[in-house]
Order: sequence, then C-alpha cells, then structure tokens
Amino acid sequence: MTGPPGADTGAGASAPPAETWELRLYVTGRSPNSVRAIENLQRACEQHLAGQYHIEIVDLLENPRLAADDQILAVPTLVRKIPPPIRKIVGDLSDTDRLLVGLQLRPRKGAPT
Amino acid sequence: MASGHGGTDLTSALAGTDGGPSLPKAPTGIRGLDEITGGGLPRGRSTLVTGGTGSGKTLLGLQFLVAGAREYGEPGVLVTFEESAGKMSANVASLGFDLDGLQRDGLLVVHAFRVDPAEIVESGEFDFEPLFALLDDTIERIGAKRVMLDTIEVLFGAFPSQAIVRAELSRLFRRLEDRAVTAIVTGEQGDNAHAFTRHGIEEYVSDCVIVLSHRMQEEISTRRLRIVKYRGSAHGTNEYPFLISGQGFVVLPITSVALDYGASEDRISTGVARLDHMLAGGLFRGSTVLVSGTAGTGKSTLGAHLVDAACARGERALLVLFEESPDQVIRNMRSVGLDLGRWAEAGLLRMWAARPTVFGLETHLAILARLIEEFGPAVAVLDGIASLIHGPSGPEVTSMLARQIDLLKGAGITAMATTLAHADETSTVGISSLVDTWLLLRNVESDGERDRLLYVLKSRGSAHSNQVREFVLTDHGVDLLDVYVGPAGVVTGSGRLVQEAQERDAELRRGEELMRRRRELRRGIVEAEARLAVLQDDLAAERAELERIEAREQRQAADTEAARSALAARRWADPASQGEGGLR
Repeated sequence: MTGPPGADTGAGASAPPAETWELRLYVTGRSPNSVRAIENLQRACEQHLAGQYHIEIVDLLENPRLAADDQILAVPTLVRKIPPPIRKIVGDLSDTDRLLVGLQLRPRKGAPT
Repeated sequence: MASGHGGTDLTSALAGTDGGPSLPKAPTGIRGLDEITGGGLPRGRSTLVTGGTGSGKTLLGLQFLVAGAREYGEPGVLVTFEESAGKMSANVASLGFDLDGLQRDGLLVVHAFRVDPAEIVESGEFDFEPLFALLDDTIERIGAKRVMLDTIEVLFGAFPSQAIVRAELSRLFRRLEDRAVTAIVTGEQGDNAHAFTRHGIEEYVSDCVIVLSHRMQEEISTRRLRIVKYRGSAHGTNEYPFLISGQGFVVLPITSVALDYGASEDRISTGVARLDHMLAGGLFRGSTVLVSGTAGTGKSTLGAHLVDAACARGERALLVLFEESPDQVIRNMRSVGLDLGRWAEAGLLRMWAARPTVFGLETHLAILARLIEEFGPAVAVLDGIASLIHGPSGPEVTSMLARQIDLLKGAGITAMATTLAHADETSTVGISSLVDTWLLLRNVESDGERDRLLYVLKSRGSAHSNQVREFVLTDHGVDLLDVYVGPAGVVTGSGRLVQEAQERDAELRRGEELMRRRRELRRGIVEAEARLAVLQDDLAAERAELERIEAREQRQAADTEAARSALAARRWADPASQGEGGLR
C-alpha cells in the first residue's frame, strides 16, 4: 500500500547506527491537505531524521475500509509506529514545531524528554 | 377522527395537516414515535436526537436501524464514537437486537471509532475525508438507506480546531443528504439549558430535532420525548413519556388520542348481583369503574368479584396488583369464598404484582401495554392505584394513570381501578373525571363497630340507584343489604340488628297487650251477661210479686163490697136516706 510520488524515501548518508523510524502517512488521494502533508513530512524527515526513516503512504480512497480498521477519522494522519509508543499527528504538518513535538523529536516546551 | 384505532387516526390527522404533498417519511418502527411524527423521520434527511447521558438516544437510533434492516428492507450503517462494537452488541442483545446477525446478513455495518484526545497531536489543516469515504463505500456496498452517527460530538473533544470540525460536520450532513440516506445523529445535551447540544450541532441538522430527557423523582424515573422541530410536517408537540422496555423503545402518545372509543351497549356483571341491579344491569362493556374507599372497605374484594365473574363467563381477566402479591390475593379472596386460583391455573386470569417504586412509571405503562397486547383480557382490575396517586409526584402519576386508563379504554377493556381514598374524596378527583362509574365504599362507625356502606357516586349513561347499601363481606363473597332507614337516620350493622330486635319486641308486646285486652273484654261481657241474667231473674220475680199483690188487693176489695152489701141488706136501709139522718 505504498503511495504516490516521493514515497519510500529511504537511506541517507550520515546514518547513525540508531534504529530506522517507521512512519505511516494516511492521505486521501491528491487532496491539497494530502499533498501538503507529504511535502512537509519529507522535508522535516530530511532535516531531522536523514537516513533513518521510512515513510509509508496509505491512500484511504483506494481502500476506505482501512479507515475503520486503522481507526483513522481525519486526514492527513501521520502515525509513528517505530520507535514505540505509537504517536498520531493529524494535519497537513505545516506546523513543524508541533510535528516535531508530536514525533518526540523535540521536547515540549518546558518539559524534559 | 371518525373511527378505528386512535393511533391511525392521529397519524392520518398529522399527515393530513401537511397540506400539499406530504413529506416522505422513514418509519422508525418505534411504537408511538411513528404516530406522533405522522409516519416517521424525514426520509433522506438527518434527524438530531439529543439528550443527557443515559437518556436513550443511542437506543432510539439503534432501533431505527434495526427496524429498517429487519422490517422495511432498508439496510443501515452505524458509526459509533462511543463504545466498541462488541460491547454495543452485547448491550442491545438483551432487547432482542441481534446486531451480529444483521451484520452477517449484510443488513447492517457497524464502524466503531475510539477517539482518544490525548493520543492526537494536531499540526495544520485536516479533513474528515476518510470518514466520508468509508460511509460512501459502506452505503454503496450494502445499499444502506439509514445511517446513524453516535455521538458525533465526540469529535469536538478530539480535535482542538473547532472551526475545522464544524466545517467538516457541515460537509458531512450535506454528503449524507446527497446520498439520500435517512440519518440519525445523536448529540449530548450540555449544561446550557438553551442549547440542545453541547456543541450546537443542531445548527447543521435543521430538519428534525428530538429531545429526550430522563428525570428521577424520588426514585421514580420518568423518561420523556419531545419533538422540538420537524420541518415541513405537523407533529405532536407534547412531552411524551417513553420507556425502554424489554422490546426496546416505546413512546406513549396515548392521551393525545381523541375520545373516540366505541361505546358498547353490552353490559357485564360485576359479580355482585345486587350491585348489578343498582347499576341498572351491570357495567357497560369497555367502561371504567373507580372504586374508592378508606382502608379495609372491601375494594379489592369488589375487584376480585369482577375478575371472578369474567373468568366464570370464560373471558380473560387481568389483575394488576400494586399492593399485594398474587399469592396473598388468592389466599385473601379464598376467605371470602372467591377462588381465583383456579382461574389463574386455567389461564383465564393473569396477575401482575407491580410495586410502583420498583419500576419507573413508564415501565409500568409499557408492561401494562404489553400484557394487554399479549394476553388480550376482557376485564382488567388495577388494584390499589392509591399507592401511585399518593406517591411522590402527584401530577405525573395522575397523567400516567390517565394513560393507563386510556390504554385500557382504547383496547375496549372493562376496567376497574381501586384506590384508597382518605376522608376527603378530593384525592381521587384527578382521575375520577376519566371514569364512567364511581363507587364509593365508606366505613360508618357506630355502636363501637365499623360497617361498610356502598354508594354509587356516578354512573355515566345509565340509570343507577341513589340508595346506599350496606356492604357485607361473607364467606361467599360480597353481599349488599338494604340499610335500615329509621327515625335516627341510616342504621347499619349490629345497630341495624338491634333496631330490628327492638322492633320485634315492640311488636310482640303490642300483640300480647291486645290479647290481654281482648280477654278482659270478653270476660267483662261474660260477667255483664251473667249480671244481666240475675237482674232479669229479679225483674221477673218482682213482676210476679207485683201481680200477686194486685190480685190480692182486688180480692180484698171485692170481699169488702160484698160484706157491705150484705150488711145493708141486713139493715134494710133506705138507700136514699142512707147518708143523712139515717145514722144521725
């Protein structure tokens, strides 16, 4: 169930031996929100997780029933599967700060990680 | 409103007031709701059902889906944000809703979403397209005509951007309308008394809004349903009581039904022959009797008589007991010679003991309605409704009783309600206007005992005795006796017996006196006759004496004359000079 353009962006150069981040982004076709989310995610990953991330893009218009199975009400929804725990970030990911907080790449303001 | 059942009349009346082509409607399969809405929910539109927690909104929606799938050939989709699908299936299985079975048969699809706000981080714009796509897919797959979203308001809590949620919901309702599905959307009523829902989703659902409420008053629960809005259709505007019974959701619009029960000329016996006579031949079939009286006046026995008489005729009777258990009643009635147990065994008598506080009032009504439907009694006795009337919430209970009576009347059942009335008769006035016949039983205290009196206070459409009867409980049931009306007013009980004894005494004494007088007189006559005989003897004797004396005098006079003549002859006296000179 891999999606349209720019999916499966994989290995970067300066890869620390750390684990690979498994990210899944639910979208609905080429809707503006979906397109923006893909772009925003890829950009953020390149900046912060270069070489250690894997993005799977799931188009719910291709299989609407997956929404019920995977409990996805809104799109775009980004799910961080690995590392655990599972995190969900809803939106076009235009708010990079909140994206990074959501992915726990950056501590919430004032809170220790 | 010419004839037939009240329900259909109401339905047609409501549908008729639409004017023009009536709005297509989707029946909910909920008894009563289809009547007050004139046929169901607006077809192809969304209806908001809102209410507090536990008010029954989910159940209403489910029943709508289940009825659609089972009875109207309209498969449904349920999207729930509340419970997991499995839990919901289990919860409604007790109501006979086999959600799993319907799903297997492809008549129902349940999508459960668990929404946990703590799990979601928001970053930028989003939409609910997956939900829409899922709905579209499901509707198409099973040919769904009905959709329920329960409770969509959860989304407001789950996503911080209220503006986006609002916009998306607005889009959702337009989508549903485009798909021509009839939808129920549930909402949660918040603290704001002026809003129907916490988040104001009524602004998106403009066709039909139903508000449910659930109040607890002194341990008696009251559920009510109100249609606040139904665009393009007439609808009942009252707050209708409803209940969640073993068969699901039941709305009771019964009092809105017009007074068009058929009036029967047929009379049935009360089981007490003299009471029948007082009522000019018995009770009209299908009429309602109220028997009120103070404690221990024999109200229940009168009810048992009616039941007994009905069963003896081979009719079915329902005895609803608000104060006693069936066994108690059978035992008690046996002591006055009424064997109700045999009727119960024969299946002619159904007894239902219901303590008002155990069930909510609506539940009561629902069970009664079901009993009537299932059992089909010709006669029903509600024994001890006072425990309802004098309960905590007067007006509500009165209206509930009115509905019960209405229910019975509507079904053509001859009904008797017995109630405890206190010294003032006003306590039962609330329902007395609903009944056709009102019998009052009263204790009269005199000479250190209490006696029962029966009055016919009213009897509609029938001549009836205005007399008071003494009411006696014997070992063969109720007996009515004429009361003794003496110079000192009505005398009953042993007072009557004393009075009667005294009268008998007086009578006896008068008889003896007469006899004595007669004897005396007779003796007097005899004596007088005796005296008369003596007197007559005396009289006769005296008469005889007198005659004797007179006879002797005559003889003596004659003798004297004769002697003088002889002397003269001897003297040769000159007769001429006899007097003068002769002797000188």
